[in-house]
Amino acid sequence: MPVIEIEGLTKTYKSGLQALKRVDLTIEKGEIFALLGPNGAGKTTLISIVCGIVNATTGTVIADGHDIRKDFRAARTKIGLVPQELTTDAFETVLATVTFSRGLFGKAANPALIEQILKDLSLWDKRDAKIMTLSGGMKRRVMIAKALSHEPDILFLDEPTAGVDVELRRDMWAMVRKLRERGVTIILTTHYIEEAEEMADRVGVILKGELILVEEKTALMKKLGKKTLTLNLIEPLPALPADLSGWDLALKADGNELEYSFDAQADDTGVPSLIRSLERLNIGFKDLNTRQSSLEDIFVSLVHRDGETV
Amino acid sequence: MNFNGHGVWAIYRFEMARALRTLWQSVVTPVITTALYFVVFGSAIGGRMQEVDGVAYGAFIVPGLIMLSLFTQSIFNASFGIYFPKFTGTIYEILSAPVSSLEVVIAYVGAAATKSAALGLIILGTAAFFVPLQVLHPFMMLGMLVLISVTFSLFGFIIGIWAGSFEQLNFIPMLIVTPLTFLGGSFYSIDMLPEGWRTVALFNPVVYLISGFRWTFYGQGDVAIGISLAATLGFFAVCLAVVMWMFKTGYRLKS
Repeated sequence: MPVIEIEGLTKTYKSGLQALKRVDLTIEKGEIFALLGPNGAGKTTLISIVCGIVNATTGTVIADGHDIRKDFRAARTKIGLVPQELTTDAFETVLATVTFSRGLFGKAANPALIEQILKDLSLWDKRDAKIMTLSGGMKRRVMIAKALSHEPDILFLDEPTAGVDVELRRDMWAMVRKLRERGVTIILTTHYIEEAEEMADRVGVILKGELILVEEKTALMKKLGKKTLTLNLIEPLPALPADLSGWDLALKADGNELEYSFDAQADDTGVPSLIRSLERLNIGFKDLNTRQSSLEDIFVSLVHRDGETV
Repeated sequence: MNFNGHGVWAIYRFEMARALRTLWQSVVTPVITTALYFVVFGSAIGGRMQEVDGVAYGAFIVPGLIMLSLFTQSIFNASFGIYFPKFTGTIYEILSAPVSSLEVVIAYVGAAATKSAALGLIILGTAAFFVPLQVLHPFMMLGMLVLISVTFSLFGFIIGIWAGSFEQLNFIPMLIVTPLTFLGGSFYSIDMLPEGWRTVALFNPVVYLISGFRWTFYGQGDVAIGISLAATLGFFAVCLAVVMWMFKTGYRLKS
């Protein structure tokens, strides 16, 4: 069941910058969707439109069955947003600012729930501290607590782990999993491809205001995933022998390593025949390993295939 | 949910808490400033002045002084209240919340007006220490106090949304409102002006506000109370219309 339906969304800023060129996207209830893209690709613009911070030029967005313009109250009540920038009220206390957020989103006070959220984010001990006295990582936690205070069904995390230490990143991933178990739909943007790889059910790649691809993460990695076979040679090779020109090979580490990229899904991967040819040519190897290409490799190849530079 | 009462209350409380945190700046400074006016104009100079329209000069300036504080504090409170989140970026939360523009206005303007109306009463109390006061129409006086607080808070809200920098935030209060207030009969009756200048003064909208407020104290003003009320309500309506337009179009709030 779709929880967000985006249709024909475009955004042209007053400066003439076309941030979004007709985006259509459906997000399913309960999934974790990762929006990948380089800086300035339109990720934040897309999120800002859905959350009501930026007006779309054309197009419609339906959130949980409610049009975000005509029925903004119902739509926004369902949505929580953790923006990219650390924007907090410096002089407020942690508890006050999180309580404020819940009220702002039209929910009656619920001190027990706020306490639970603050405890989950390791903020309870800091509840009476002024926000300006907190570290960057703690401020990020405060912003997450604010976004969760009104129990949203849809949570947007814009670059949640940018500039965040390892511990917080781990906590955040744990929190995202917990929210998903509760049925919360999560949309996150990130440059960190490992994050998408680790968390997401589906991945969308946005480039220069266009969604160039939306795919199940596993299917994407299967479809576009290549494997690399690396052979550690006994004797370094000065150059690739002509007899091996039939394979996609590269010499690495001053001729000490032979790398072969192949399509793992193909019927004939070319691996057995390569090894037979090496034996015939008397090229010995000590060790070998194969590696599945990561989402990062896929992303980079996608972006470059488009003829764009990142 | 047709009215987000929790949301309005959250913003209102947030704004009031801001004032309490900066109590010194919000209340004590204007009170001291006003007390200085009484010392200078009321005691030092006032003693040499004759009565104005049958009212001792020190008492005559009280309504004008309250208005002066009301104007500047309403504008300052409301413009700062909305400008600061814009400046720090925390406005994202207001924009993404299920609150209508009207609710946002009610909350911010309500808080700013509450603060300046309370301040107006504090100044009135302060004035009572310096000069003998009389308020002929106390309910009208309170009504005008609230109406003008709300109107100038709306005006301040507009300035806060319009302003792109702290300089611009101060520009209108310093360069337009304060001069108009000083020239608008805070410290004198416009009847004391030469004929030509009196006509010019009638183009100053602040004259009508101060005159109306003075009427509630002493039963007389430079212009009829009906005209004063109409002018105040007119200014209120204009500010309200501008604010609604700003939210509708997202002017300087949403790109």
